[in-house]
Amino acid sequence: MFLDGFGPIILEGTVVTLELAALSLLVSFVIGLGGAGAKLSSNPLFKGIATVYTTLIRGVPDLVLMLLIFYSLQIGMNHITESLGMEQINLDPFVSGVFTLGFIYGAYFTETFRGAFLSVPKGQIEAGIAYGMSNWQTFVRIQFPQVMRFALPGISNNWQVMLKATALVSIIGLSDVVKASIDAGKSTYKVFFFTIVAGAIYLLLTTVSSLVLMWLERRYSTGVREAEL
Amino acid sequence: MIDIIQQYWKAFLWSDGYHLSGLAVTMWLLSLSIVFGFCAAIPLSIARVSKSRWLSFPVWLYSYVFRGTPLYIQLLFFYAGVYSLNVVKETEILNHFFREGYYCTILAFGLNTCAYTIEIFSGAIKATPYGEIEAGRAYGMNKFTLYRRVIIPSALRRALPAYSNEVILMLHSTTVAFTATVPDILKVARDANAATYDSFNAFGLAAIIYLCITFILVGLFRKAESKWLAHLRPMKA
Repeated sequence: MFLDGFGPIILEGTVVTLELAALSLLVSFVIGLGGAGAKLSSNPLFKGIATVYTTLIRGVPDLVLMLLIFYSLQIGMNHITESLGMEQINLDPFVSGVFTLGFIYGAYFTETFRGAFLSVPKGQIEAGIAYGMSNWQTFVRIQFPQVMRFALPGISNNWQVMLKATALVSIIGLSDVVKASIDAGKSTYKVFFFTIVAGAIYLLLTTVSSLVLMWLERRYSTGVREAEL
Repeated sequence: MIDIIQQYWKAFLWSDGYHLSGLAVTMWLLSLSIVFGFCAAIPLSIARVSKSRWLSFPVWLYSYVFRGTPLYIQLLFFYAGVYSLNVVKETEILNHFFREGYYCTILAFGLNTCAYTIEIFSGAIKATPYGEIEAGRAYGMNKFTLYRRVIIPSALRRALPAYSNEVILMLHSTTVAFTATVPDILKVARDANAATYDSFNAFGLAAIIYLCITFILVGLFRKAESKWLAHLRPMKA
């Protein structure tokens, strides 16, 4: 039988892993754009908060943060609901996993986007202002499309790291592909085989995403001239 | 927080009373795997840039597989997977090796960081200016001397910024060691959390320790860069 009958469970786990990675990408993307905006703003308060956020998060291992945020979030929620006299709200591990991963990788995305925003030539923004565009219009028409191109190598890197970091969520109790393969290995006494299966699934995911990202990079670089070597 | 510090400071730093634990174990894991990865990566990265397919392809494949899968799965593979094989259990020396969480952890960490280091070093080797290599050849150096005197010293210098990143990422990756029962900083934090239910302070303390190590490493690498990359600094007016 295919994977000793554990095929569907492992497939389900893979879907959970993918959903988790995709949703955390979305969260960290938004945090990253906001953080980059804050880091580049002239407001010292925003700048300070964003700097503290990126320094702290990038200096602490993601697993430690994951455990810290995951457990403290629930306890913090309990304190709040208790003081308001409400019933306890149990956080869904999937949702808190998404926010935890998104919050952690948001710091990495902040740095990526900050670098990309700085790479847009100043003259183009000034030209936009000279045309009478509003701040929002210069952002949407001039900055954002180019930021995406400059940020793409960084984004692909972050995505690959984040995809691999999702393997850690099984430690905080989510039933992802790693958990499914450990369970399958334990109940069939084929741990060796099933760890290879889990590894192969991750290898497939990283390979496919690197192909997609390569294609995206080519697409976003249309119209950019490169010297032939 | 004070309670946890009072009760666990020793375990967090070097000993839980019976064994090494906490910071000492984390640093031990980090330095062993880094040394192992560094030493293996130099010959392998030379093989990686070699013209011979038979040399470069296996190295590429190894590094591709280890960079494409999470470290946690690699650790599970060595610690749980390999040990579950009958061949391993029946061979005395293998049984002894894979039963021990420490050995499996260092093996997995070393292989993992080696894979990333190969990519960093081989990139740096490829970026050697062709003039330097041609000059070496013109002096009549053979391949070994050329690598030893010209290519490796300049490639390692060029790789330093990227390599410092890898070392810090490796520090952050050592946190999965506790899943193989190795009592590193995070394991102590988990014990403290289980005993006190004070998650925020238990893990917060661990986070602070990791943050300090990160800052110290960043500082050391900055020093190293100013020493070995001094020729790249812009001249002072």
